[in-house]
Amino acid sequence: MNSEDMRGRARRALLAAVQGLMLALITMPFGMAFLVLTLLSLAFIPLGIGLLTTPLVLTGVRALADVRRRLAAEWCGVRIRAVYRQVPRGTNPWTRTFTMLGDPQTWRDVRWLPVDFTAGFVSALLPALLLFYPVEGLMLPFGLWRAYTGGGTYWYAFVPVTGEATAVGAGLLALVILRVALRFTPNLLTAHFRLVRAVLDNGEGELVERVRVLTETRRDAVDTSAAELRRIERDLHDGAQARLVAMGMDLGTVEMLLDKDPAQARQLLARARRNSVDALEELRDLVRGIHPPVLAERGLGDAVRALALRLPLPAEVAVELPGRVDAPVESAAYFAVGEVLTNAAKHAGADRIWVDLHHTDGLLRITVTDNGGGGARVGAGSGLAGIEKRLGTFDGVLAVSSPAGGPTMVTMEIPCVLS
Amino acid sequence: MRVVLAEDLFLLRDGLVRLLEAYGFEIAAAVESGPELTRALAESKPDVAVVDVRLPPTHTDEGLQCALAARRARPGLPVLVLSQHVEQLYARELLADGDGGIGYLLKDRVFDAEQFVDAVRRVAAGGTAMDPQVISQLLARGSADDRPLGRLTPREREVLELMAQGRSNAGIAAQLVVTERAVAKHTSNIFGKLGLEVSDDDNRRVLAVLAYLDSGHR
Repeated sequence: MNSEDMRGRARRALLAAVQGLMLALITMPFGMAFLVLTLLSLAFIPLGIGLLTTPLVLTGVRALADVRRRLAAEWCGVRIRAVYRQVPRGTNPWTRTFTMLGDPQTWRDVRWLPVDFTAGFVSALLPALLLFYPVEGLMLPFGLWRAYTGGGTYWYAFVPVTGEATAVGAGLLALVILRVALRFTPNLLTAHFRLVRAVLDNGEGELVERVRVLTETRRDAVDTSAAELRRIERDLHDGAQARLVAMGMDLGTVEMLLDKDPAQARQLLARARRNSVDALEELRDLVRGIHPPVLAERGLGDAVRALALRLPLPAEVAVELPGRVDAPVESAAYFAVGEVLTNAAKHAGADRIWVDLHHTDGLLRITVTDNGGGGARVGAGSGLAGIEKRLGTFDGVLAVSSPAGGPTMVTMEIPCVLS
Repeated sequence: MRVVLAEDLFLLRDGLVRLLEAYGFEIAAAVESGPELTRALAESKPDVAVVDVRLPPTHTDEGLQCALAARRARPGLPVLVLSQHVEQLYARELLADGDGGIGYLLKDRVFDAEQFVDAVRRVAAGGTAMDPQVISQLLARGSADDRPLGRLTPREREVLELMAQGRSNAGIAAQLVVTERAVAKHTSNIFGKLGLEVSDDDNRRVLAVLAYLDSGHR
């Protein structure tokens, strides 16, 4: 082994020892404190105070576990997965407490606490011990043994140190241990994180998360389409359908009046024609809301161009789509862009908009930028949240960058293939 | 005047044939799909084509594409495009070559037979017939921050709207129930305010106005 190698190995070993030592020092007090706080909080739930403290304490536990999960990934590349249930913002303490308590990951965190300040503590301390113990041993032959053996035999591991000779023996043993330590200290730290993972990791984390997301997006999709159908039904019922009824009635009356009162018959005919024009207009609007004709005729790129032309302010559209996007994705993307454009035109105070559509690496990426005042947010009730839900059905995501003073950039990404 | 008609729905095609024949047009061919339209346009050399945007076999914008292709082959071939919806995007593509002889109307406009036939004749003569909806969209977009447009009086705006649809001074005068001289005065005011060159040629005038509105001149 050359010296370069040796130095690198020594540095890694020392780093692992120091990291382990730090972990051990944090683990002990924090782990104990949080366990005690958790138990107390739980005990106080019947008194009511616990309802207020439990979410706080559990959030603390979660933060502690989060730190450990992060360090595991950063220091030793040990990935510990965790999925927490979403606690809705602004709910009452009761719901918060019981949502958190109903989350299996919370219990995993809590169970981890006692393990962490016992086995975790020892395993974190081990690298440091293994590295610093031989340092002591190496110093024994150089006179340190005199200070130790004043009261009798000093045991260095299994070597009884009584004089210079045994001290040298201890020193040799220390060399062996040092060699081992340099070799295995980083692995020991990894072992510590493996232990943490065994307790903290949610074995099916990704699957559980996926199922949760799918359940949520499916519910949203069903809700949205049901609402859409209701709207269409109402529009047809109050609009075109009613107008056709009126037309039919007018035409019936015209038939009757034709001989008796041609002048009035003519008036009614004119009204029937107006009604037919209005009915067509309403149907056209309705169709545009269901599936815009341009989209059917030209696909996403031109449909967005046509959309931009309808805006009251100039919009530049750049499209780079080498094929046609799947119909459902196309439609979702179109309406999402429409909503974002309308938002920008209405609220942003912008006088120019840029739209960019392109497809790379199996992702349809759409950005809408305006030079308005900024400050747009994805919040409950905002149009952007609705778009996020719509895109969610296709595993699409939406990101908004909108610093105060602008510009606002809305980015949407939907995984899809082109045909 | 010989017309080639392309419309895939039988009822509408039949209705249009009857209507046009009633007004003295000769139907050279009435077809129902894109390829048939291309063939009919090449073979029967019509004076004007009346074309539905959406045609089989693709049921996309087949009709529009056929019409554009035919105009590339024979510049200035008068084409009146009909659709259930109007898009500025399509209007822009139709007007792009600047040759005139272009119409783009909602199918509903057929209800007013007189005006529809007038539009067909105008297009056949190399004029323009833009749907009022296209024009109002253009104006709505333009007037947001276009100061020249904002300076027009309400009456001048009305005249501009009718002019952009492709009406002649006489047509505008009839529609607004004013004298042709009054219309001429309005149009020269409009051209002055928008900074456009006055032209005696009705067709050139319309294209200039449409180009102005479409350019996002502001």
